[in-house]
Amino acid sequence: MNIVVVGLSHKTATVEIREKLAFSPTQMEKPLQVLVGLEGITEGVIVSTCNRVEVYVTTKDIAGGIARVKRFLADYHNFPIETLEQHIYSLHGEDAIRHVFRVASSLDSMVVGEPQILGQIKTSYGYAAEYRSSGIILNRFLHKAFSVAKRVRTETKIASSAVSVAFAAVELARKIFSDLSDKTVMLIGAGEMCELAAKHFLNSGVRGLMVTNRTFERAERLADEFGGKAVRFDDLFEQLHKADIILSSTGAPHTIIGAADLEEVMRRRRQKSMFFIDIAIPRDIDPAVNDVENVYLFTVDDLQEVVASNLQQRSEEAKKAEEIVNEEIGQFFKWLSSLDVTPTIVALRSKFDEIRRLELEKTLANWKDLPPDGQKRLEALTNAIMNKLLHPPTTLIKQAGQGGRTDLYVDAVRALYGLEVGGNGQDEELELEE
Amino acid sequence: MNATLFYVTFALYMSATVVYLVYLSKPTESLGKFARWLLASGFAIHIVFTIHRYLVAGHTPITNLHESLSFFSMAVVGVFIFIERRFKIIVLGSFVTPVALVLMAVSSLFPSAIVPLNPALKSKWLVFHTVVAFLGYASFAVAFGAAIIYLMQERFLKKKKLGGLFQRLPSLNTLDEINYRCLTFGFPLLTVAIISGAIWAETAWGTYWSWDPKETWSLITWFVYAALLHGRLTTGWRGKKAAILAIVGFFVMLFTFLGVNLLMTGLHSYK
Repeated sequence: MNIVVVGLSHKTATVEIREKLAFSPTQMEKPLQVLVGLEGITEGVIVSTCNRVEVYVTTKDIAGGIARVKRFLADYHNFPIETLEQHIYSLHGEDAIRHVFRVASSLDSMVVGEPQILGQIKTSYGYAAEYRSSGIILNRFLHKAFSVAKRVRTETKIASSAVSVAFAAVELARKIFSDLSDKTVMLIGAGEMCELAAKHFLNSGVRGLMVTNRTFERAERLADEFGGKAVRFDDLFEQLHKADIILSSTGAPHTIIGAADLEEVMRRRRQKSMFFIDIAIPRDIDPAVNDVENVYLFTVDDLQEVVASNLQQRSEEAKKAEEIVNEEIGQFFKWLSSLDVTPTIVALRSKFDEIRRLELEKTLANWKDLPPDGQKRLEALTNAIMNKLLHPPTTLIKQAGQGGRTDLYVDAVRALYGLEVGGNGQDEELELEE
Repeated sequence: MNATLFYVTFALYMSATVVYLVYLSKPTESLGKFARWLLASGFAIHIVFTIHRYLVAGHTPITNLHESLSFFSMAVVGVFIFIERRFKIIVLGSFVTPVALVLMAVSSLFPSAIVPLNPALKSKWLVFHTVVAFLGYASFAVAFGAAIIYLMQERFLKKKKLGGLFQRLPSLNTLDEINYRCLTFGFPLLTVAIISGAIWAETAWGTYWSWDPKETWSLITWFVYAALLHGRLTTGWRGKKAAILAIVGFFVMLFTFLGVNLLMTGLHSYK
């Protein structure tokens, strides 16, 4: 049985194309059922995120399976298959396993190390499990992918540094204040990045939020949204000393906070540190503010640099992660190939033969007046019984193997007789927590 | 025997310093544990050394420079271990253990022979006065270490040089907190040391205060730290200013301790 991956991602297709081929998470039952209804496809999982659409299937016939899945993607979305061909990749064997392990470990993400992808795959797998489109192989495969992702996350620092400007701002604030739970954030002006950063700070547990804007109503609206307090723009310098972290992004043509303004503010704060983040272009805060004692001013460019160096560090950690992935591929591949029928039949035969010989030896050891050809005849007899007993299951397993439905019989036989075939297939964790 | 204990301590402090410095560039959990273990073992042997010397000499081993530098070093390590447990900041060791190591190195340069106690020092005040003074000195030494890191971090932030070292060192707030804690611990001890010294002086020399260089410089040290504490409590001298004063205070204190003994003559000049 082969695992096949067919899909497209941010690396091969633009967002316009990805959009057209995406599956809606609320309607997964139908596509999953169409997928496993395809000829020669035994199991199927569909992963659809904003950055990738991928289909994982098991099939006996690699080339035929790939062609059918491509056709399925095109037909399901009414998308011309010629165009699809230009953006799609298909993998099988070890490459397919490596690919899925890398995707789950966030090594194939647009931002390497971003943690969302694992959750997205878990959700996708959840649908496949719910609608029973995944079976023994894909179940085991995806659980393995989750555990590889977990290993990568705990054993490398791939996800430990801030790779967005907003998150970098929070990390820097921690480096100044250590504890944010008694700190207040002030938002001057509005803007997407400013609000995003404010959200990050709120998620990190800051105590309070103040919002000011030239139009007071806007300040009030934002304050409501974030559960903060609106401040009139004219009162800015009256209130500024209460803020520890200031995010500024007004459309003002000139700076609104200068170094001289901070003298009084810092006196009122008794010199407690202040952290300014200037997101506006042109700048809202005079660069000289950075020279005021215990005041730290960062612009978006400064934060961008932090992010860039973190990304650099991540790519080094990614190398370690690739090694982990490679290690795990071997293990999984061993299990997968053990699913082929031949080893199971061999194991079953040798198990029976072992029992037969053991019992025969016991009998012969205590049989004093055994005729000269007695041993030979007993051997022939027990062998004949064993072969007769083994014939129907062996045939059935072989037939099942040709029909591509080996898992059921192979697993049943192995469970019934406690067979161990080709490596440690049974000791993998199968939990789906988190 | 006594010299052996001294050098075992010295060697352990040296290894601890090396491991702490390696930890600074590669902070793994096992390295941190190893560094702490080395330092704690050194500290334990150091205590044994001091007790052994006390038993051999028959008086608290703090009456010549060899002994008092070693005692100072022991106090620094003791206070550091306490602060490290409290704040869970292993990396502080990379800046404080070198201080303890240098004190031991300087101590080893002075004659280690046990000399009979100077009659003027034969007093129950000896132990109290000196132990209190050295504990105060030690907490100022830890504050010094924290202040150095503070200034580094402050500079990194102002210049936007946010590399690996910046990431590994503690936050400004934590460093300032350590500075403050050490100050509030060390300052009362220094005060008590000066007062107990004055009382002792009265019983030994018949006068509370004789403007001997040690007394004068102790007072200067006291004023530096008093100014820092006062500034902190009233006008908010925190952060950079507090760090600079903690460094200035440490050097004034070092001069009070060493400079006065080595460069000036007076009632306290025991060599």
